[in-house]
Amino acid sequence: MKQLKNIGLWVSLLAVIVLGIGPIVSRSPSLRESIFIILQVIVLAASLNILLGFTGYVSFGHVVFFGLGGYVGLYLISVQNWPLWSAALAGGLTSGLLAFLLGKAILRLRGAYFALATIGINEAVRAFVNNFDPFGGPIGMTLNFKVYSNYGGAANALWMTYYVILALALLAVILNFVIKNSKFGLGLMAIREDEDAAEVMGVVTPDAKTWAFVLSAILPGIIGALFFFKNGNIEPGDAFRLDYSIEMLVIVMLGGQGSVLGPILGAAGYEGLRDFLLTSPLFKNIQLSVAGALLLVIVLFIPAGAVGWLRKRVPILRKVLA
Amino acid sequence: MGNLFLASLIDGLLIGFVYGIAAMGLSLIWGVMDVINLAHAPLMALGMFGVYLLFSSIGLNPYLALILIALIGLIGGVAIYYIAIHRVLSAPPLSTLLATYAVNMIMIGLGTAAFSTTPRNVNFTLGSIGSGDLTVQSTRLVAAVVATVVTGGLYFFLYRTRPGKNIRAVANNRAAAELMGIPSSRVLALSFGLGTLLAAVSGGLIATFFPFTILAGNAYQLKSFVIVVMGGLGNPLGALAGGLILGVMEGLIPIILPNSWVPVLEFILFVIILLVRPTGLFGAKK
Repeated sequence: MKQLKNIGLWVSLLAVIVLGIGPIVSRSPSLRESIFIILQVIVLAASLNILLGFTGYVSFGHVVFFGLGGYVGLYLISVQNWPLWSAALAGGLTSGLLAFLLGKAILRLRGAYFALATIGINEAVRAFVNNFDPFGGPIGMTLNFKVYSNYGGAANALWMTYYVILALALLAVILNFVIKNSKFGLGLMAIREDEDAAEVMGVVTPDAKTWAFVLSAILPGIIGALFFFKNGNIEPGDAFRLDYSIEMLVIVMLGGQGSVLGPILGAAGYEGLRDFLLTSPLFKNIQLSVAGALLLVIVLFIPAGAVGWLRKRVPILRKVLA
Repeated sequence: MGNLFLASLIDGLLIGFVYGIAAMGLSLIWGVMDVINLAHAPLMALGMFGVYLLFSSIGLNPYLALILIALIGLIGGVAIYYIAIHRVLSAPPLSTLLATYAVNMIMIGLGTAAFSTTPRNVNFTLGSIGSGDLTVQSTRLVAAVVATVVTGGLYFFLYRTRPGKNIRAVANNRAAAELMGIPSSRVLALSFGLGTLLAAVSGGLIATFFPFTILAGNAYQLKSFVIVVMGGLGNPLGALAGGLILGVMEGLIPIILPNSWVPVLEFILFVIILLVRPTGLFGAKK
């Protein structure tokens, strides 16, 4: 249990707790909603980090797991009357299963070909769901408001999903940390640096990559079910938004890919910035452009992200920032 | 039934030419510098709006407007290359993807602020040719002709002129080309400019027969990905062939299945080709 003494893990967990405790103390629903979004982004970004940061594979269509989890979850809740918890779990497992089935095939592709294949899969699933009547086709599905009474009313249900997402964010951080410090994680990082060399050194690369893909798909699936339960309805356009996928890439990149703290910093920074831009009278209309310009500056000048930059500039922080 | 089939086939083929040159721009940039240009969508949309603005404000004929748009596209592409791409060209692939996506965000943000997302259309028609079931809109016919001329021009440029040969040399082996005295960064900038030109021109052509918004480029960008992979990444002529195949699919599939199944089949085909033959149906570069 030497790893429990690692300050980096505690710093990351503390960051999530500090962020998540605000709404619990103030009981303010509006604060809860904005923190919910940040926590959701942390989970999604941290999951993507397993594949992108550790393994070096750029998945452009990762939102497919979020959307699929949402669809399976909402279908089970509204049509089969499952309770939220088992439905969310089923959503996560379905996403994991899809990743497992796809993994062996598309992870053979490297670099840009893999990125393109993930876009193709997201679009194929979106177009398919659009035609799939049990999931409501292009209209999607809407939860009957009565569903919330099983959870002590809508207000109560919203608080409950908040606690769950906070727990999931902590879980995602721990998962990142455990993978990063395990033999499995070392194998992934070897793949990132040089896949052929890793294979020669005895890493079973197809298996390692597939499991990384599966691990990065399960939590987004659970989050998808949770988010669309809270939202009350789901449509193909909302569930499989390619833009959202790319936002996650940007966030991992902002925070620093391959680090545990990176996705947390990236999520808080990106969402904070967006709130500021959307509400500022000066930038409101061109917020997308300002965000794009900032992204460009970061890609061009700080490619290692916030955590990478800090570790390089301030040596003392190397121990603290996992 | 026979006439319906023939009419759908012709419609699909004509659209396919325009898809083809859109994809050619993407393919050229990929082939020369291994960059997937995620700013392709707004560049196409700007081509659409270019034709729209020139036509509706000063009444310029859309096909004359295209010449101006091609020029602006070329210069704009060179500028984008120097601002956003040049620095990250040798960085991992994620960097160039994010850099071009950042350009996409900037352009879409400004475009939405300027034009909002309400649909526009260019109120321009040349009538139609044929009779009964077998009628073809003349604007589509002209678009296919323009696309063919552009393709021919591109090939003439790449194979018969000095700058074009430089582009092919850099695509083939950048280091060796530099040793032969070819100024590689200027050549890369020119290639990006040409890719942008093709995107803008294809957008302009689409604007002559379909309504569009500032976000309309996204659907065509996705189609371009499918086409480029079908034709082989980095193979411009393959892109034209891929465009024709996709156009024909879009023309013929709705005869037997509801229209909404078209994208399902397109993207499943896309993933299968990537898995089975990642070099495309007609072979990629190298």
